[in-house]
Amino acid sequence: MTDRRRVILSALLPGFPQLAAGRWGGGGLSLTVWLAFVGLLLTRWARFAAGWGGPLDHKIASLTVVAGLIGAWGWSLYDVSNPGGVKQSGVSQWSLAARAFRKNRIAVAGVLVVVWVYLIALVTPLIAPHDPAAQASLLTARMVGPGGEFVLGTDDLARDVLSRILYGARISLSIGFVAVGISVTIGTLVGAVSGYLGGWVDTVLMRFVDMVISFPRLVLLISLSALFDTNSILMITVVLGFTQWPGTARVVRGDVLSLREREFIEASRALGFSRRRIILRHVIPNVLSSVIVVATLAIGNVIVLEAGLSFLGLGLLPPTPSWGSMVAGGRDQLLGAWWMSTFPGLAIVLTVVAFNLAGEGLRDALDPRLRT
Amino acid sequence: MRTFIARRLLGAIPLVLGIATLIFFVVNLAPGDPTARFLNPNTSPEAQEQVRVNLGLDQPLPIRYVRWLGALAKGDLGDSFSHNRPVVDIIQELLPNTLLLSFSAIGLAFILGILLGILQAVRQYSLLDSIASMVGLFFYSMPSFWLALMMVLLFSYGANVWDWPIQFPASDVQDIEYAFFSPVEKVQDRLMHLTLPATSLALVLAAGIARFTRASMLDVIRQDFIRTARAKGLSEPVVIFRHALRNALIPVITLVGLYLPFLFSGTVFIETVFAWPGMGKLVVDSILERDYPVVMGGTLVFAVMVVVGNLVSDVLYAVVDPRIRHD
Repeated sequence: MTDRRRVILSALLPGFPQLAAGRWGGGGLSLTVWLAFVGLLLTRWARFAAGWGGPLDHKIASLTVVAGLIGAWGWSLYDVSNPGGVKQSGVSQWSLAARAFRKNRIAVAGVLVVVWVYLIALVTPLIAPHDPAAQASLLTARMVGPGGEFVLGTDDLARDVLSRILYGARISLSIGFVAVGISVTIGTLVGAVSGYLGGWVDTVLMRFVDMVISFPRLVLLISLSALFDTNSILMITVVLGFTQWPGTARVVRGDVLSLREREFIEASRALGFSRRRIILRHVIPNVLSSVIVVATLAIGNVIVLEAGLSFLGLGLLPPTPSWGSMVAGGRDQLLGAWWMSTFPGLAIVLTVVAFNLAGEGLRDALDPRLRT
Repeated sequence: MRTFIARRLLGAIPLVLGIATLIFFVVNLAPGDPTARFLNPNTSPEAQEQVRVNLGLDQPLPIRYVRWLGALAKGDLGDSFSHNRPVVDIIQELLPNTLLLSFSAIGLAFILGILLGILQAVRQYSLLDSIASMVGLFFYSMPSFWLALMMVLLFSYGANVWDWPIQFPASDVQDIEYAFFSPVEKVQDRLMHLTLPATSLALVLAAGIARFTRASMLDVIRQDFIRTARAKGLSEPVVIFRHALRNALIPVITLVGLYLPFLFSGTVFIETVFAWPGMGKLVVDSILERDYPVVMGGTLVFAVMVVVGNLVSDVLYAVVDPRIRHD
């Protein structure tokens, strides 16, 4: 294929030349984004156009479509016209890791699914077939099976299950993302301080971590969430964020203990830098790779925990379409409407599997000892 | 060895004390009024005050804390607000159910997980290995309550609808007519009731154990003494089970301790789904009723079980691997 033809091809079908060249991470992503969003524009043009004047989530959805299209198109064209672009940069640890990661097809697939789950969550107002809270006729459309007008059926209040799963994705993903953000920040700081300072600070902090870890996590969460009324998205995120950090702290501390003895840290000590500066500028950047892995794996975990709390009735309450509370709602109708709890559960499993695949791929890629 | 155990036991005491303190303050400092269940807007202030005095809630927090710890040292966890019984009695009644469920689950999980892990390691990179890894990852990522519901759907409701030969009961520990059964029927009935909850709890854990066993087994299989064993003409089963497995299982033992918090978290869901009268369900129900003594007692029992489990797995580890005893 000549360069000219490749450029034209990538202008029409972004990602296709890369996909044909076997780079199906970036290629697959931009091609699927391009095709799906063009299809979305064709079938849902009215909603897309109305989005600009609608509520915030609607605006964001329309914006996501535009950004996705431009991104896929721009990336593909840029990539095709600069074939040597990647090699011009130096061979840093991160680009080595990226190369190792790209070889791991299953992990790349995991990342693709994760990105797609996020994209779907963002454009939900454009694609959801029904309003998640709207009830169809209670006489004719209550607990209708999958297929037909309601693709995944309706629940006992005649609401569309598919739309509720789509809207639930936004809630689960935001809670997962923000809660992990909180817990990773605290965990990294505590772990770095504890590992670097050592002595009694380390003893006290790690005893506390041991204590929290010895708690059955769910029991702690249940007590906190029942006592602090975590029925709002904000509260449940905060509670999850503030209970998940001890695991991160332990991992980071382990890394810092070996880092502390290295020459460059000794050198910065010799230069008279303050402990704060050494921890923030020299220690923490070097543990980031472990932190990223822990964070990716933790998101899946937090999503399951949130679903669990909502399942027990201690998390988000109906009518908020949370995956956990949808499974719980289906529990009472298990005999009459199996789809009510089966499909939200499948959504949880798919999302968590994708996060775990991505996290494990990252771990394999970022750990030089495992790299081949 | 004896000093090792003694040192670990001594180390566990401050841990348990710290956990007890944490539990007390988390529960008591949280907003919410435990007397609300006894009162309505028509209750006179005097009666309200009397309820608080009866429940011992009129005292300042530090005094309540010292009293609670003092009673705890004597093995007394106080009286339940809602059951009007000593918390110890309630726990004594429900703990066996939880222990039965968790021990059968963790036993099943280890048997399943270790067998699968060995099989995967022996046939590394085969079709079986990749399928098992993938299926394992799915189970590992599954919320246990959803898996439990799906089990009920298939093997209890579904089996009934499709007339399968075996239909498992979906709730409780025993049949309503249990008292009239013959001894054989009693054992059978208990097993039937145990099957679904224990399996759904075990499958999630087994997936993790299988991955760990596979990695540990692969480590061992590559070592020289295995090559020696093969070279002197031992049969493959003898090499795998007598020589490799023994060494591969050493790190797997640490999983017992690590998985206990997950196991007990799992029992909370499983007991809720299967209406299994156990500790997990007790704690959840008591939190909703703001029955503080039961919440504190139940949580403490869970935490102590985790600490003891970690202790046992540490000691077991030291027994099978003499290298770590002396650090």
